[in-house]
Amino acid sequence: MTLAGVRADAPGPATAGVRGDAPGTALTGARADLPGGVRADARIVARADGRGGTALPVLDGSGPLAPRRTRGSGGEARVMVVGAMSGPLGGDRFTLHARVEEDARLHLGSSAATLALPGQAPGEARYDVRLDVADGAELRWLPEQLISATGSDLRVTTLAELAAGARLVLREEQVLGRAGETPGLLTSRLTLRVAGRTVLDQELSCGPGAPGGWDGPAALAGHRAVGQLLVVRPEFAERPPGARMLGECAALMPLPGPAALVTALAPDALRLRRVLDEARELLG
Amino acid sequence: MTRAALLVLADGRFPAGGHAHSGGAEAAVKAGRITGAGDLEDFCRGRLHTAGLVAGALAAAAVLGVDPRELDAAADARTPSPALRLAARRLGRQLLRAARASWPCAELDRVAGWFPKGAHQPVVLGLAARAAGLGPSDAAYCALYESVSGPATATVRLLSLDPFDATGVLARLAPELDAVAESAVGAAGRAAARGVAALPAASGPLLEIMAEAHASWPARLFAS
Repeated sequence: MTLAGVRADAPGPATAGVRGDAPGTALTGARADLPGGVRADARIVARADGRGGTALPVLDGSGPLAPRRTRGSGGEARVMVVGAMSGPLGGDRFTLHARVEEDARLHLGSSAATLALPGQAPGEARYDVRLDVADGAELRWLPEQLISATGSDLRVTTLAELAAGARLVLREEQVLGRAGETPGLLTSRLTLRVAGRTVLDQELSCGPGAPGGWDGPAALAGHRAVGQLLVVRPEFAERPPGARMLGECAALMPLPGPAALVTALAPDALRLRRVLDEARELLG
Repeated sequence: MTRAALLVLADGRFPAGGHAHSGGAEAAVKAGRITGAGDLEDFCRGRLHTAGLVAGALAAAAVLGVDPRELDAAADARTPSPALRLAARRLGRQLLRAARASWPCAELDRVAGWFPKGAHQPVVLGLAARAAGLGPSDAAYCALYESVSGPATATVRLLSLDPFDATGVLARLAPELDAVAESAVGAAGRAAARGVAALPAASGPLLEIMAEAHASWPARLFAS
């Protein structure tokens, strides 16, 4: 995996809305920044089509967050979020909302890593992800890494709201800086609710400006990649997977609900992905 | 209210079982991540701003009268490691026994009935403070101080660290502890007004991961 050149802005038709990027030439992320930053909203609704497949009645978004349908498999629809410009930058506000209705199946990924960069607009950037999954439905949210570049200040929230009979596989990977780079400030909160009950609520803050000790022996201890794999299955309520270590710096932990969490630390993005892929295989 | 009750509750000799737990220090020492006073300070600082902040806010919210059952569920959701959830409940049960003996009242009896296997320790700590007539800030200070004093004391035993050095670490962290206590009490007030989702959820990945590693060891000096 090449971390340099991630988020090479997508060439092609000018999908950029608010900011008027130059598509195809924006490898350096040239953007005419507006005061207050950019707003980008993506909305995806997946609905069972009644023939064993999944339709996508809503697939909205542009600029930095453009969802595209790609080839799915079986009854699962597959959507890639294509970043058509760089970001999020300081002051930007991105939101992504995916809703998977009863018995539908959606695989949601991203075409490239997301690179948090400093911006000219004041204040932090925000990226809010909201995932709703109904009974009998399944969502696999498997985006590429989030890379925190020097000077960036990004706050990410992910809220997954599941019905009692919903299934979810969610992966989050945070990489502290490109190769050899000092990271920016990154705060990420992950919340899982199942049938209205909060099963997981966790925030990680790291990088210069984060509360003290973030890189010390209680938190990251020099690791530059941290990730989580969250798996929710109704059957875990009766038969949760047992807690176990996955190597020296990753653990599989059954949560107080029909869910299991793998938290992993690694020296870099590649090795983190390897651990999380193994965990995904282990959980089947 | 009596201020002296705070000293009783915060005393390391209060029979609540905390001495059997290292707050993750034993695993960090074994992994070579705590080798002296400098690392210990870094470890405690990380713990203060993550697990400490959450514990302080839970304790303060319990004093403010937020439903202990909701606080306990919020603590569960903020503790992915099953080993840490188990340790927190065992400590909570022990603390509740000590608190009921010290400040007997109907509220503590009711909580004991709700949680036969124990509630999360910071929630019980807040209820004990409330029973003793203390305020939310007192409870937050107790929880925060425990979040760093436990690992410091344990490291003295684990590494034969000079106790003067360990105490120096705690003294240097005091101004930061003041700041975190203020933030914990603020969050507890928001939780009382708007619900437990307003509680902080800060986490230290290695605290969770290494708690699982520690729980799998065949022999250990501390319970967690």
